[in-house]
Amino acid sequence: MATVSIENLHKSYGKTEVIHGIDIDIRDGEFIVIVGPSGCGKSTLLRMVAGLEGVTSGDVRIGGERVNEKEPMDRDIAMVFQNYALYPHMSVKQNMGYGLKIAGTPKDEIESRVREAAQLLQLEPYLDRRPSDLSGGQRQRVAMGRAIVRRPSVFLFDEPLSNLDAKLRVQMRLEIKALQRELGVTSLYVTHDQVEAMTLADRMIVMNAGVADQIGAPLDVYADPATEFVAGFVGSPPTNFLRPDAVGVGGDAGSLGIRPEHLRVVTSDERLRGKVIYSEPLGAETLIHLKVTGDQNLTLRQAGSLEIPPENAEIGLDWSDDCQMWFDQYGRRMAET
Amino acid sequence: MTANPDPLAQTAAPTVKSQPDGMVEKRGASLWLTHLGLIIGVLFIFFPIWLAFVASTVTNAEVIRPPMPLVPGDRFLENYREALFSGINAPVARMMLNSLIMAMGIALGKIAISLLSAFAIVYFRFPFRKTFFWLIFLTLMLPVEVRIVPTYEVAANFGMLNSYSGLIFPLVASATATFLFRQFFMTVPDELAEAARVDGARPMRFFFDILLPMSRTNIAALFVILFIYGWNQYLWPLLITTDPSMNTIVMGIKQMLPTGDDFANWPIIMATSILAMIPPVAVVIGMQRLFVRGLVDSEK
Repeated sequence: MATVSIENLHKSYGKTEVIHGIDIDIRDGEFIVIVGPSGCGKSTLLRMVAGLEGVTSGDVRIGGERVNEKEPMDRDIAMVFQNYALYPHMSVKQNMGYGLKIAGTPKDEIESRVREAAQLLQLEPYLDRRPSDLSGGQRQRVAMGRAIVRRPSVFLFDEPLSNLDAKLRVQMRLEIKALQRELGVTSLYVTHDQVEAMTLADRMIVMNAGVADQIGAPLDVYADPATEFVAGFVGSPPTNFLRPDAVGVGGDAGSLGIRPEHLRVVTSDERLRGKVIYSEPLGAETLIHLKVTGDQNLTLRQAGSLEIPPENAEIGLDWSDDCQMWFDQYGRRMAET
Repeated sequence: MTANPDPLAQTAAPTVKSQPDGMVEKRGASLWLTHLGLIIGVLFIFFPIWLAFVASTVTNAEVIRPPMPLVPGDRFLENYREALFSGINAPVARMMLNSLIMAMGIALGKIAISLLSAFAIVYFRFPFRKTFFWLIFLTLMLPVEVRIVPTYEVAANFGMLNSYSGLIFPLVASATATFLFRQFFMTVPDELAEAARVDGARPMRFFFDILLPMSRTNIAALFVILFIYGWNQYLWPLLITTDPSMNTIVMGIKQMLPTGDDFANWPIIMATSILAMIPPVAVVIGMQRLFVRGLVDSEK
């Protein structure tokens, strides 16, 4: 168990800089999720912490010790890869114990640690099987088991659930969370799925084009996004963005963001009128897609129990002032106007 | 018989699905026809071998007097015993041992060197990596026959004439095998190497613990091919060995043929030919299961 701190970390490939300086202090036992669209540099960041990529400038410290030049094996980390990266010719047991075997751990200790991890992950019946005889979810567990048996001070997860089907992903997500709670190991988890980020993270790092746009607890990030990108990326369906002139505001504002659930259908005193394009009743909630002045699209989310307006109907929309998020023309959050 | 034995049967019966009975009937007829074709083909290829076998079991007089006998004689044991333990220039047992050492040496040496060079080329970043790869690749255009004079010169200067090292080493470098392993290594996901790095495996450990076991089916397939390649070497052993006790069996057969007015001891020569065929056949049959299994279960 250890703290991890990343200080002004940069990464360039040749002349192209892909990470433009990232700072974060991760507390002992904290679960940090790095989330962002593909190509934003999130995996590169994780791989720099792992030691699989060199650091161009800045420092990575694990447990207070600078590890920039250390080999992955000397950093006291364990990593779970997207495609699991299990050794195909080894049994589950050998896969899990390989790291310990290299480290020269006595055989009976390897055995007991592998058993312990297998029990934790419900892998006991499969210990003698090859990875090719396992399902996707089981392979994923073996990959996690391989990380657990080493008892590292930091877990690194590189999109570990993206090769699983939707149902299994939800289940494994809960298991990872429970496991991390139980073991209390500092974890860095990379994903492009904001739902995974929201549900797993103690704090999340939202990355955009090599920059950490915002670092914070999921609900804080959701409620108070620092940039237009974060507002659009976190939350599903995404935040609606309106041009300021749609609501009759001039000045230097670039856009106005309103979350779908903050929009209300009203019959009088509306701020905006919109035409219903189509509705998606999901049971618990209904998503209504609208077109408003200036050909802008909006999504409104309301409780499933409320009446659903018919298609092509003109409806009035309202929202409260404290739900408004203003962004300047560079996408930065502005003080409330 | 798992695959369709006759592609013609399908083209001849396009309504396979709607008329299952018709298909079976048709297939039955064509099955016999294809088998007849196969049997004729096998007989055609097998006949000379049969003749050689027959010739190795009779006396020399019987071989020379036309017509050639077509059924085995009663001198099987005598002829083979004579071939194996006394031979004409050198005992065939000795020549077989030489061939075996050379073929094993070439096959194993080629595999070892190719694995290591492919490992270096795929997994390490060093200056002129591409250049080295293309240099190795270039040697594909220089088979033994082309470079035989300079290679002989080098081998002779090293004092390798009439020695196993002379038989083996000049033939060990292999661009083909290097290329094959390179292609295989490139299909191994990078994450596997990274996972091994995180697990603490240094490069050679990764090579022996992970890459080598994963390549075992490729190695088996290559071993079959290279063993036969080594066993069938003719020109090089002919050049590098002058001492009959260092002869290999394939060139030994040629040495047995009479020069000038000598008479040929055909039964012994034929017995040697049959004996020369046995080890490659044994390797092919013995490795077949591993070879096929390697092709069937692709675990990567």
